[in-house]
Amino acid sequence: MSALLTVEDLRVCYPTRTGMVEAVRGVSFALGRERLGIVGESGSGKSQTGRAIMGLTPPQAQVTAKTLSFDGIDLLSAPPKLRRSLRGKRIAMILQDPKYSLNPVMSIGRQIVETLREHEDVSGAEARERALEMLAAVQIRDPKRVFGLYPHEVSGGMGQRAMIAMMLVAGPELLIADEPTSALDVTVQLEVLSILDKLVAERGMGLIFVSHDLRLVSSFCDRVLVMYAGRIVEELAASDLANAKHPYTQGLFNCMPVIGADRHPLPVLDRKPEWAL
Amino acid sequence: MSLATETPPMTRREWLLSDRPQSRLQARLGRAYMTWRRFSANRLAVVGLLILLALVLVAAFADYIAPHSPFIGNLAGARLLPPGSEGYLLGTDDQGRDILSRLIYGSRLTLMVVALVAIIAAPVGLIVGAVAGYAGGWIDAILMRVTDIFLAFPKLVLALAFVAALGPGIENAVIAIAITSWPPYARIARAETLTVRNSDYIAAVRLMGASPMRIVFRHVMPMCLSSLIVRVTLDMAGIILTAAGLGFLGLGAQPPLPEWGAMIASGRRFILDHWWVATMPGIAILIVSLGFNLLGDGLRDALDPRESGQ
Amino acid sequence: MSLSAIERGSGRRRARSRKIVATALQFLIVVATTYIGLLAVTFFIGRVIPIDPVLAVLGDRAPAHVVERTREAMGLNLALYQQFFIYVRQALSGDFGVSVLTTNPVMTDIRRVFPATIELATLGTLIGALIGVPLGVLAAVKRGSIADQIVRVIGLVGYSVPIFWLALLALLVFYARLQWVAYPGRIDIVYEYTFTPITGFYLVDALWQGQWDVFRDAFRHIILPASLLGYFSLAYISRMTRSFMLNELQQEYIVAARAKGLSEARIIWGHALRNAAVPLVTVIALSYAGLLEGSVLTETVFAWPGLGLYITNSLQNADMNAVLGGTIIIGSVFIGINLLSDLLYRTLDPRTRAR
Repeated sequence: MSALLTVEDLRVCYPTRTGMVEAVRGVSFALGRERLGIVGESGSGKSQTGRAIMGLTPPQAQVTAKTLSFDGIDLLSAPPKLRRSLRGKRIAMILQDPKYSLNPVMSIGRQIVETLREHEDVSGAEARERALEMLAAVQIRDPKRVFGLYPHEVSGGMGQRAMIAMMLVAGPELLIADEPTSALDVTVQLEVLSILDKLVAERGMGLIFVSHDLRLVSSFCDRVLVMYAGRIVEELAASDLANAKHPYTQGLFNCMPVIGADRHPLPVLDRKPEWAL
Repeated sequence: MSLATETPPMTRREWLLSDRPQSRLQARLGRAYMTWRRFSANRLAVVGLLILLALVLVAAFADYIAPHSPFIGNLAGARLLPPGSEGYLLGTDDQGRDILSRLIYGSRLTLMVVALVAIIAAPVGLIVGAVAGYAGGWIDAILMRVTDIFLAFPKLVLALAFVAALGPGIENAVIAIAITSWPPYARIARAETLTVRNSDYIAAVRLMGASPMRIVFRHVMPMCLSSLIVRVTLDMAGIILTAAGLGFLGLGAQPPLPEWGAMIASGRRFILDHWWVATMPGIAILIVSLGFNLLGDGLRDALDPRESGQ
Repeated sequence: MSLSAIERGSGRRRARSRKIVATALQFLIVVATTYIGLLAVTFFIGRVIPIDPVLAVLGDRAPAHVVERTREAMGLNLALYQQFFIYVRQALSGDFGVSVLTTNPVMTDIRRVFPATIELATLGTLIGALIGVPLGVLAAVKRGSIADQIVRVIGLVGYSVPIFWLALLALLVFYARLQWVAYPGRIDIVYEYTFTPITGFYLVDALWQGQWDVFRDAFRHIILPASLLGYFSLAYISRMTRSFMLNELQQEYIVAARAKGLSEARIIWGHALRNAAVPLVTVIALSYAGLLEGSVLTETVFAWPGLGLYITNSLQNADMNAVLGGTIIIGSVFIGINLLSDLLYRTLDPRTRAR
């Protein structure tokens, strides 16, 4: 499997009043057309990793890496225009909460059409057709009606599906999903995930699934990276989680209650300072 | 209660910044210190503060600072002298009076207007807003309707009409301005009260049997103070301009009082050949108003860091 | 569609139209109470404060029978609330009494001078918005840079400087010294008899009638006061634009827009400003109202024959009817603009429109 994305020693630092803070400290992995999950708690640097790949870190962040290349293109030395042309067209990102990540004063349809018209030379009518097709592909039952709705007029699940439509309409090869279901109700989560599953499989995309939910990631992805304090502490196949070697991963895994097993007390993660080194 | 002798004694700064304050006083002083640090990091805000301190000092020590009398001028020998003339740093007006001295004494009037309007309008707005916010229901509706009505009025024009009816004079100008200035404070106080009203500690005090008045006065109102102080400071800049405008139209302090707006009006006649008579008071107004604006901006950034986008 | 679906549809429509009626009613009540409040304040100023209201209206040189007649006409023998009733009725029909100075009904005078003020305030707000909004956007996008500092200083000075003083200095420089602009009034005396205004807005009227020399002259007269008011307007508008834009640029949907690969220009103008436009429109409306208010001072300096000058002249001559009439008109327009901006906000923001 050829590498779609190669990341080597990625570091993201922020200048603060008390000195430089490293949010991501030397992350390395390679991704082909497979599904990679990145799991970690708040502050582990998982979101920052995803954003650094997209080039969406805040302007004061300093991103460095030995290698950060997508399909042979060196992302760090690429001119901003090239990076911008990749975004949306070849690498896409789904954000967490559609309540905030969709433009409130533009209709959903317009936002989808906008992505398309930015990257492809299509007429207004054709763009609209493809947007409607995309809305149908994310299993929205009345695409024509939803096309004209505003984000606040749809439910969370539908909004997230609209976001998926918006980001995938131009046919990217790599998708970074930054906690795509964390803001949704549990039942809706499963629906959205199955849609994502189908689309990623249909289009043969590479997927990076960032989440704090180990169980979710393990059922959805092929490989899992566990991040803690800006570093990858373990990398293993999703099916192999029970044999995790790092105590943090083991701790996370053991925190999940199993049906039929002894329920009290649930083990609590015992943090060791050496994990953060 | 002292700690074990192994820990070295804290410097004053560490004591203020400690996150385990041992007494209410320490906590309060610590908060104040942190606010001060945020404030003083903003150079412009400090400039604003200095301007206002200078205003207060000049007003207080006018008798000692002013080189000449603001009321009696040298009609015969010193009419309309340009700035930089001997003994008259900013020149003289058409009655031979030293402009610098008039500006210095005029600062007293400016300070008086600012202080009186603040003392009258802010407490009224605070009480109306806090009571409305806490009481809710029809009291809230009525009070807010009244506030909104006053808020929708043009301040300057109404102040004009008031002074027209009451007669010119600086006290009437102050009353007129104060009457039109309190609504924004009521709005702010009400907004803060609504935020605080449902919090647990208010419920706790109510459970302890505190009367609504006590709750409003002792617990709710202090919460509104910081937003109110910021707003009052920022408004002062505009109030000085309104007062000067009234003075310019002849409705504020009457001659021979050296009110800055009135000085501009009387200097207007000579502006072609003797520009300084009308220009100098305007510069004074500009500086003081600027000071309030800078101070208000700085206070807002210091008291609510979110606003400054930290 | 099934019968029950049709019924449900019409029920929903009825509920929605009921809601529209309810909001409209609420709106009308707000307008009415605010306006009555304004009249109450002016009534208080005109009738309750002065020791002898008739004296305030007529001055102290009126003959006794005129005083008696006016006392009756004003209904001063009646109870206070009855007087207020008559007062409100008169105000609503536009009867503000007669001006002592011009001996015209105040409303006639106001109708003559009001367009001048509107023309000035409109041009000033136009300048303020057309320059202020881009400046504010620039300051927000290049936050912390020199451009940002300059824009903020411009705004700060605009907030702090007394408008009448700056107007005086502007006249000194641009009229007395450089002679780039014309003063006083709206047009030269030469044209005052050859030019017939239609709308009362000289710039528009001159263009309409194809009188280019009149247009040029009117322009030379209006440009300085309009620029001055424009400066005040842009100080406020640019500051608010900057604040709104900074707020919008921090939102998640901007990150999403970047993730779509949109150009920075499109993000700033098509996404951020589009969202900031909603509160911005109300800011522009309020700025307009503020310029109307400030006209009282500016018109005095520029001898601009508008409502502001009318009020201040009446003030100097203790013409209470005229002062109060002018106050009510400016107050009404002020209230109208405030309420209009509220309405604009609700219609422009799709989030509130649904409600």
